[in-house]
Amino acid sequence: MTTKIRFEGVGRTFPIRGGRERLTALEDIDLHIAQGEFTVIVGPSGCGKSTLLDLLAGLGTPTSGQVLLDGEPVTGPGVDRGIVFQQYALLPWRTAQGNVEFGLEAIGVPKRDRAELAREYLELVDLASFADRHPHELSGGMKQRVAIARSLAYDPGVLLMDEPFAALDAQTRESLQDELRRIWQRTGKTIVFITHGIDEAVYLGQRVAVLTSRPGRIKSVVDIVLDRSAAEDIRSTPEFARYRHEIWTLLHDEVVRAQELEKEAVSA
Amino acid sequence: MSAPTITERAVERKTEAQPRRGAGRRAGSALSGVATRSVAVLLLLAVWEFAPRAGLIDSTFLTPFSGVVRALGELAASGQLAEHIQASLTRSLSGFGIAVLIAVPLGILIGWYKTVSDVLTPLVQLFLNTAALALLPVFVLVLGIGETSKIAIVVYACTWPILLNTITAVRNVDPTLLKLARSLNLPPPALFRKVILPASIPTVFTGLRLAGAAAIVVVIAAEMVGAKAGLGFLINDSQYNFAIPSMYAGIVAISVLGVGFNQLLVVVERRLTSWK
Ligand SMILES: Nc1ncnc2c1ncn2[C@@H]1O[C@H](COP(=O)(O)OP(=O)(O)OP(=O)(O)O)[C@@H](O)[C@H]1O
Ligand SMILES: [Mg+2]
Repeated sequence: MTTKIRFEGVGRTFPIRGGRERLTALEDIDLHIAQGEFTVIVGPSGCGKSTLLDLLAGLGTPTSGQVLLDGEPVTGPGVDRGIVFQQYALLPWRTAQGNVEFGLEAIGVPKRDRAELAREYLELVDLASFADRHPHELSGGMKQRVAIARSLAYDPGVLLMDEPFAALDAQTRESLQDELRRIWQRTGKTIVFITHGIDEAVYLGQRVAVLTSRPGRIKSVVDIVLDRSAAEDIRSTPEFARYRHEIWTLLHDEVVRAQELEKEAVSA
Repeated sequence: MSAPTITERAVERKTEAQPRRGAGRRAGSALSGVATRSVAVLLLLAVWEFAPRAGLIDSTFLTPFSGVVRALGELAASGQLAEHIQASLTRSLSGFGIAVLIAVPLGILIGWYKTVSDVLTPLVQLFLNTAALALLPVFVLVLGIGETSKIAIVVYACTWPILLNTITAVRNVDPTLLKLARSLNLPPPALFRKVILPASIPTVFTGLRLAGAAAIVVVIAAEMVGAKAGLGFLINDSQYNFAIPSMYAGIVAISVLGVGFNQLLVVVERRLTSWK
């Protein structure tokens, strides 16, 4: 397997208190992600997950180490990486179709092909009949599917997803998880997915990277091997429960530590 | 890569999407809306008509509304009304137009740079809250009593509300949309055209409506101070000559003009934000 993404000793600090001090968000991140792999990142709140994704997206630069994509250092954003945001980031004045076309316009797809491609990807997320609806006429789950279609349409090799399903109800979330897994299997994208949900992490990921509380470091990477054809409800199998418990245990200490940090910050 | 179709239906309930409202029901509710909004105005006009007639108010000072309508008719027939309206409209619209051309691009530019807008916003606030009319003598002093000073003061009065609202609009563009645009490497012209401008329209229009109202107030006042035509002149001149019905006719013409201009802006805004 070829390595698609490499974090090499990556650290990121932010100036705080008017630049007099620096806050270390990430420290010494070493992580290799293979081509076509589905990696999930979990960690306590504020440990630097979004920061990590921003670095990979090229929306921020590491203060130490480097992020490599296909062996080349990431120097800025690019359409070889698609981002799906938690808050959907749909243009409210455009229809579902128009929103998917937005990404295609950015890479200069000619007008006629745009409409057709957008249509195709709306079909992929099962929203073809809602193509002419505006975001405020769509449910949360539908909005996120439009956003996914937009990111897929311009065909990036890597899909970056920052808690994309966090704002959805449990039922919608599970159906979107299934949909995402299917899309991943069909398209062979490399996916980096951030979540707070342990179930979601185990269900989606081939590998789950657990971060420590701030400053975020890689605490452990758990390989998930599940026989998905074996049971109808994979989430209720003993193996699933074992993975869930393993990650829960890894996270638990960090969450406690993160809460202590927060308390200190409040009383300071 | 081709996009294979997934035929399985998602579990998600499609009913969550709002059904579109029937056109018939919409027309019906629009009609009853018009009725609701007219009640108070009609009531005011009724009081205006009957209070002087019943002797509650001296009719020399308050002409009954029907008398005002008659005066309006006479002014219209003689061509005077059109002349005054044209004079006032030319001044206020050219001032308003110039202010839009200055303040919208400037507001976008200032709003885009956080530090620049942090520095300049208090200044804009200060100018916004310095009543334009207080500066009227200054404008007359510097630019004379002709058209230039009248249009200039309208430009002044219109610029600040438009500028402040445009700055606010640009500053408040949803940051995730900006992040999206950045992740797609959108070049600045496309970023402005496709994201910032459409996102700013509602707030910019708030400024335009405020400026529209200001344009009319200011032009009337300027015409009262020194002019040979315009609705402000008509009102002042009628009062001076004790032509009270004409005075009220001028006042009614102004409010109709003001409401009309505001409605026009509302219609344009609706057009531009029809997706809502
Ligand atoms: N631009 C910034 N300036 C200063 N501090 C920042 C900035 N961005 C992030 N931080 C800080 O860095 C830390 C990590 O933030 P980040 O958003 O990456 O965490 P996260 O793991 O995504 O949190 P959450 O689970 O709440 O989404 C936080 O303490 C945050 O306050
Ligand atoms: Mg985050």
